[in-house]
Amino acid sequence: MDLVLSEDQELIAKTTADFVKQKSPIARVRELRDTNDPVGFSRALWKEMAELGWVGIAFPESVGGAGLGFAELCVVLEELGRSLAPEPFLSTVLLAGQALLLSGDEAKTAAWLPGVCKGDTILALAQQEAKSRYDLASVETRAERAGAGFRLTGEKIQVLDGHLADAFVVAARTAGGPREAAGITLFLVPKGASGLAVTRQTRLDGRNAALVRLDGVGVGADAVLGGVDAGHALLARAVDRATVGLCAEMLGGMNQAFALTVAHLKTRMQFGVPIGTFQALKHRAANVFIELELAKSAVMAAARAVDRDDPDLAKGVSLTKARCSDAYVLAANEGVQMFGGVGMTDEYDIGFYMKRARAAELTFGDAAFHRARWATLAGY
Amino acid sequence: MSDLDRFRTETRAWLEANGPAALRGKGGSELEGVWGGRKWSWDGNTDQKLWLERCAERGFTAPTWPREYGGGGLTPEQAKVLAEEMRRLRLPPPLIGFGLTMIGPTLLAFGNEEQKREHLPRIARGEIRWCQGYSEPGAGSDLAGLQTRAVDGGDHYVISGTKVWTSYANYADWIFALVRTDPNAKKQEGITFILIDMETPGVSVRPIKLISGSSPFCETHFENVRVPKKNVVHKVNAGWTVAKALLGHERTMVAEAFGSGGGAGGKRGTLGERAKHHLGSEHGRLADPILRDQLAQLEMDTRAFALTMQRAKDAARAGHQPGPESSIFKVYGTEVNMRRQELLVRIAGPQGLGWEGPGFDPEELATTRDWLRSRGNSIEGGTSEVQRNVIAKRVLGLPD
Repeated sequence: MDLVLSEDQELIAKTTADFVKQKSPIARVRELRDTNDPVGFSRALWKEMAELGWVGIAFPESVGGAGLGFAELCVVLEELGRSLAPEPFLSTVLLAGQALLLSGDEAKTAAWLPGVCKGDTILALAQQEAKSRYDLASVETRAERAGAGFRLTGEKIQVLDGHLADAFVVAARTAGGPREAAGITLFLVPKGASGLAVTRQTRLDGRNAALVRLDGVGVGADAVLGGVDAGHALLARAVDRATVGLCAEMLGGMNQAFALTVAHLKTRMQFGVPIGTFQALKHRAANVFIELELAKSAVMAAARAVDRDDPDLAKGVSLTKARCSDAYVLAANEGVQMFGGVGMTDEYDIGFYMKRARAAELTFGDAAFHRARWATLAGY
Repeated sequence: MSDLDRFRTETRAWLEANGPAALRGKGGSELEGVWGGRKWSWDGNTDQKLWLERCAERGFTAPTWPREYGGGGLTPEQAKVLAEEMRRLRLPPPLIGFGLTMIGPTLLAFGNEEQKREHLPRIARGEIRWCQGYSEPGAGSDLAGLQTRAVDGGDHYVISGTKVWTSYANYADWIFALVRTDPNAKKQEGITFILIDMETPGVSVRPIKLISGSSPFCETHFENVRVPKKNVVHKVNAGWTVAKALLGHERTMVAEAFGSGGGAGGKRGTLGERAKHHLGSEHGRLADPILRDQLAQLEMDTRAFALTMQRAKDAARAGHQPGPESSIFKVYGTEVNMRRQELLVRIAGPQGLGWEGPGFDPEELATTRDWLRSRGNSIEGGTSEVQRNVIAKRVLGLPD
């Protein structure tokens, strides 16, 4: 597992970077927010990304993907992360898409993933609840047997891209207590199901999220993804993979935030000199740089660990998410401080990175959560 | 069979035939081994002596140096095979020290033919041990401000001054030093790199005791020491160029030494097990949640650093120039080691307070000393502050 990009991967990085430069400047994110865009991202760009092969890059060819891996997917996500592109990779490709793929359910993957790879289908994972924080075993939404099928009742929060999703992967409890890993089952619920209510939420980073209420939503036995009562392991694997993808996006964002900051240090004049001449700022900039380099190594290693199905993936994921959470927040906080007063204004872009850094940090567990998980996995 | 495979087969056979049985399985760290030199004591260790002689004969003490200078004339790929085959038998390196890692490569790059022929074979055979004379009492981070004078005496220089942190100077036969040959030039432009025989009259050495106890460091004094001009390496007043090349090498070595240390917790197994021994556990978790969090942070930092070192190596193997990631090695590698030592003392608690004598086991005593010694990591070989200046200037391009 070499921690270096192959020539093909370099080419993907360059193509994505060019695309971002031409079609996805950060001004686009600002406009989506300011116009309160009903979609929240660009359907046309999403379609283009699918045509370039990026949406399906890590899905097998049998479902319309490119048959490459997370090493390649993460290269794309990192470049898109530089401009905070809000297209639905996380919801559709990484969360629900990986849950479908990892379930091994051929009928469902054949029904849904080709549409995903074409850029036509949006999927969402409805997992998080008001009390669950980052604990995937914390599920209160109930799935009660009803005839041959089930009836789902509960409320999910911050379901990414929920207001556009064509189908939801819903985590619900078929057995066990509210915090037990055993007894959780995943269901595939199409949009418009009777009793399903989706309400769009507004977050600080402008990313799409929704409240999803399930009020006795009836599904057949064939809606079960994976096994009954055995959804936790599948969910955990999908979320670990999604976390790696999120970290790649974060890596791009933190590097861009830092690039903006360094450029500012070179040009902002105070006391008759560029403020980048001050050693107090130089050393802090060097500290940020160190953290970014370490984060990069962790992301590259984690992506390759997914691709070779590393049994120690969970540890690598926690390492990567902890580092990326801290490094992105550091790069953004230092960025605003070094920009000074203008860094606090909405007019400057650095604030967008600060908001995204916070949102990404508090998705799938912050650094403290992942240090605790690392300690548990390491046996202490 | 490829040439490299043939080389592997030959090398394996030679090692099987010539690697003394008593040394197999010993492995050996970079700091514990045969340093050689006139003052080296074999203490009756005939196997190690034989191993050194056999390897030197075949050029395996300095595998990539040219054969005419006592090296093995191996390509980097062949040298890698040799290292792998030695590891397979867990044979210790036949010879270690600053001759092989520092002055040898420097002479290959900057020395003249006569210097190479005089010094390199004697280094490769382990006959001469070297030390480094760079820092001075008044020249630490500002190394170019060094004041050791070299006055022109015709066919020789007369050298006077003091060098500090000259590691193992009390065991060394020769010293490579930076001296001021032109006091009127800009400070970097009046420095010369010169080789000095430690047996020359006027050279004296005093060991330095550190806050952690005895140390390999020394202070070396020069009082009107006559050194032939032929001992100047590269050109007079061009020593700074040589020094910088050598310093870069030293920083990489320091970083690698720390980068490889991750994960181990001593005789009590992993760091987690060592922490459980001292802190106890509840339901399998360390009883102290704060130290548990700090231990996880440390382990993750160590792992991320190791991955970054690996990334640099993989990039080099793929033919890329060293990237910006290599600039962080010295500063981060040393600082993560310092946090590690600090945490180990806190985990040991009152048992981390031992200096010597009863009531403390050897590992606890080592914990105390290692922590104190580690405080120097961010000072020696270029302070963390200087390293951060280098990152800001060279990597980030921030203005002076």
